[in-house]
Amino acid sequence: MSRLSSAEHMSLTDKFRLINWGLVVLIALIGLTGIALLYSSGGKSWEPWAAPQAIRFALGFCLMLGLALVDIRFWLRAAYPLFGFMFFLLIVVEIMGHVGMGAQRWINLGFFVLQPSELMKITLVLALAKYFHSLELDEMGRPAMLVPPLLMVMAPVGLVLLQPNLGTAMLLTLASGALFFVAGVRWWKFLIVIALTALVLPYAWHHLHDYQKDRLLTFIHPDSDPLGTGYNIIQSKIALGSGGVFGKGFGMGSQSQLQFLPEKHTDFIFVVLAEEFGMIGAVTLLALYFLLLVYGVMIALTSRSQFARLTAFGLTTSFFLYVFVNVAMVTGLIPVVGIPLPLVSYGGTAMMTLLIGCGVLLSISVHRDIRISRTGITEL
Amino acid sequence: MSSRETEKTRLFTRRVVLIGAAQVGLFSLLLGRLYYLQILQKTKFTMLAEDNRISLRLIPPPRGQILDRVGTPLAVNQKNYRLVLLPEQVSNLQILLDKAALLVEITEADRKKIERDFKNLGGLNAVMVHDNLTWDQVSSLSLNSPNLMGTEIEVGEVRTYPYTFLTAHVAGYVGAVSQNDKDNGRVKLTMPGFRIGKSGLERHYDPLLRGEPGDVQMEVNARGRVERELARNEPIAGQDLKLTIDIGLQQIVQKRLEQEQSASAVVMDIYTGAVYALVSHPSFDPNLFTYGIGQQDWDRLNDDPFLPLLNKVLDGVYAPGSTFKIVTALAGLEAGLLNPKETVYCPGHMDLGDHRFHCWKRGGHGPVDFVHAMAGSCDTYFYDLGKRVGIDRLHAMAKRLGLGEKTNIDFPHERSGLVPSRAWKMATRGVGWQQGETLITAIGQGYLLASPMQLAVMAARIANGGYAVTPHIVQKETPLKSAQSWLGFDSKNLDVLKEALSAVVNLPIGTAHSARIQEEGMEMVGKTGTAQVRRISTAERAEGVVANEALPWKERDHALFVAYAPKDKPRYAVSIVVEHGGSGAHTTAPLARDILLACQKINPSGA
Repeated sequence: MSRLSSAEHMSLTDKFRLINWGLVVLIALIGLTGIALLYSSGGKSWEPWAAPQAIRFALGFCLMLGLALVDIRFWLRAAYPLFGFMFFLLIVVEIMGHVGMGAQRWINLGFFVLQPSELMKITLVLALAKYFHSLELDEMGRPAMLVPPLLMVMAPVGLVLLQPNLGTAMLLTLASGALFFVAGVRWWKFLIVIALTALVLPYAWHHLHDYQKDRLLTFIHPDSDPLGTGYNIIQSKIALGSGGVFGKGFGMGSQSQLQFLPEKHTDFIFVVLAEEFGMIGAVTLLALYFLLLVYGVMIALTSRSQFARLTAFGLTTSFFLYVFVNVAMVTGLIPVVGIPLPLVSYGGTAMMTLLIGCGVLLSISVHRDIRISRTGITEL
Repeated sequence: MSSRETEKTRLFTRRVVLIGAAQVGLFSLLLGRLYYLQILQKTKFTMLAEDNRISLRLIPPPRGQILDRVGTPLAVNQKNYRLVLLPEQVSNLQILLDKAALLVEITEADRKKIERDFKNLGGLNAVMVHDNLTWDQVSSLSLNSPNLMGTEIEVGEVRTYPYTFLTAHVAGYVGAVSQNDKDNGRVKLTMPGFRIGKSGLERHYDPLLRGEPGDVQMEVNARGRVERELARNEPIAGQDLKLTIDIGLQQIVQKRLEQEQSASAVVMDIYTGAVYALVSHPSFDPNLFTYGIGQQDWDRLNDDPFLPLLNKVLDGVYAPGSTFKIVTALAGLEAGLLNPKETVYCPGHMDLGDHRFHCWKRGGHGPVDFVHAMAGSCDTYFYDLGKRVGIDRLHAMAKRLGLGEKTNIDFPHERSGLVPSRAWKMATRGVGWQQGETLITAIGQGYLLASPMQLAVMAARIANGGYAVTPHIVQKETPLKSAQSWLGFDSKNLDVLKEALSAVVNLPIGTAHSARIQEEGMEMVGKTGTAQVRRISTAERAEGVVANEALPWKERDHALFVAYAPKDKPRYAVSIVVEHGGSGAHTTAPLARDILLACQKINPSGA
């Protein structure tokens, strides 16, 4: 029996052996970095952040390994139902969601706060991958064939915008755009969409919430209101800059330890790293992320089915976007949009979502040799 | 595998590589940004981080105390609990003040001042909300501290004058730093509760009393809470001032003057110039000024016809009246124009041209020699003497005895009085000196003006044998007469003068005989003075001069007395002025007696 045919009938032990352990170690390293930074942020204490984060990471890590063993064909079959369910939950939060921070995003399940917009990032990738998997290249040339995936993107993005959660809407849009692109949608079609967006923007500006306008305006002139919205970015840059090459030492960052740095355990945790471990620390973490990205792209390039390729690439791109937007935001390159640093920022939902995403990616990696026909039947 | 599938895979790979390249580009952008912030801008941001972290607060230095001769505290610092707010911790000033106002009184004016300080002092310095909290207020504020985030109860020191009005004119008072003080550079740094001397010795010796503020560098967090102290420069306490004033004597003098409406007295050492008592009555409570005096109190003090805020010993100037006869007599003796044995006939007046100069005694003294003239304060005798001596000699002698110029006492302010001269009259009036003016100058009237302090100095210079002693009120090493400049008087002349002055008090012919000191060895020597403040018309004189008691207070004569004691080994000089107090003999001489007697019993000079 060839290796190819055996791929469809792997035992759990075989699958376990096939798990991309390099990627697993990388994820563990990033997670541990996060826990260490939360320990420092809490004033060198396990409370209030490091301990809960460690427990969640451990649980999520196990869940990820479990998901890695799930057959890729399950993801293919479940892609639409999962997407539909998540879309349903988005509508639910829109109607009866919890109110917090001026945005409705959560369903409190008692033991767990479910944030459908987070999980939507994964299910949207799966759904789009399944859709493009089923299309031939020439079919893709027909504009009509692009209507369903566009709707698949626009409907959840619209709901997320209503919440309103500008950051997530943006990430969903960008990740989907990347998927459309690698799936083979023509260049000029993107140009049309970008042109249309440019036309709609002024109108959209009017419909932004005040705090969202503030964030954008503050980005342009951070010093105009140093104690208001610009405060975060100014303090963040001070922390980064004063960290220098080698940093101030673990738990010694004056900006983070003396509360000058806002949101230091969530969105601005990268700054804690950069202040206390300097540029060396910051670049090391970025290198870990970059390595993770390389792993993801390699999985996408070496997978046999279009579904696997698109899913792996979509998840990796989402991950990259998280990292880039967060770091660009805290270094003052782009406006503050409230995107956490993946696997490092404090927060259960984001952590779970990311580890689930990693689980799916590992599962793709385990099953990358399986060929799947356009209609979903395994090819030999 | 179909070719179409291969084509799809190729397209996918191509585009993934494209996006991957874009991602590498974006990662490089992040690295570049980190390089810019963490390497290129490191110095700038390190400085900003330190600015954030380190907060500098000033520590007001404890103000030096003011003590009397034996160390009795006259001005001290008492613990003072005050509510301050730390601007960096205050999110909403109005709401905070509303809350605080429920517990302590905050008037509209206070509020405005707090708002102004809040804006001006800025960030690091605390702003005073309420001073001098009672214990009840302190406890209710502490209880409510969670509601009053951004406020703090500070323990400070407040200037207190335990003897209140008794030392008001000597010690002066302190007050908050005014805009004016800042503008003219008296104060460079302000701290909450910081006070500077505004009058009296508090003002004169302010640089000494103030000390140097310290500071404390603290590490603070973003909300301004102090995490730890990094460095501390202790303030340098102000120096204590030890005065020559004897508070016991001061009290006795005050008690005696209190019986009058408006009076002042000063007691000094004739050799050292040490001022043992300096009282101006009525007085005021200097503690009122520490917290900023209220409008009502201020108006009351200002509208008082007896001028409680004025230090009359230094800033009150009066015609010296007959006390000036000391000057006229010594000028005559020194010029050889006064023969003590010669008599002058006093018919009750002296005519000069067609103007008649009256003696205070209707009907006159008859024939008087020098001793009788001095003892009975015969004006006619001194008109005659003055006429012979002339204004130039009178002017020169008055100056030598310390009149007409500042005594240079260590006080922020004193008036120099006035001793007229030909040049002065020409310069100010534009007309020449009249001989009649010499006559009235000779008996201490006319243009002459002298402060009680100057008159005391005059008495001291006679008593000490002609040494140019000057007064001082803060203890210092003072050379005795040997090292002070000698005025060069003939000692025989001084003896003659002293003998005549003794007769004023100690002989039955003297105007102040009833007020003599009978304790042996403590006898005083002095001269009465009754200074006229109104012009007596010829018509009034014809009908009989209106008695003082019948005149409105403002028109009554000033009563003066200058004296020293003991007679044989003099040590203390005193000068007393009772404004509109009637005659020197009746009003001031008994005061001088009691004061000099008390002073000799206390014997602050230690001699």
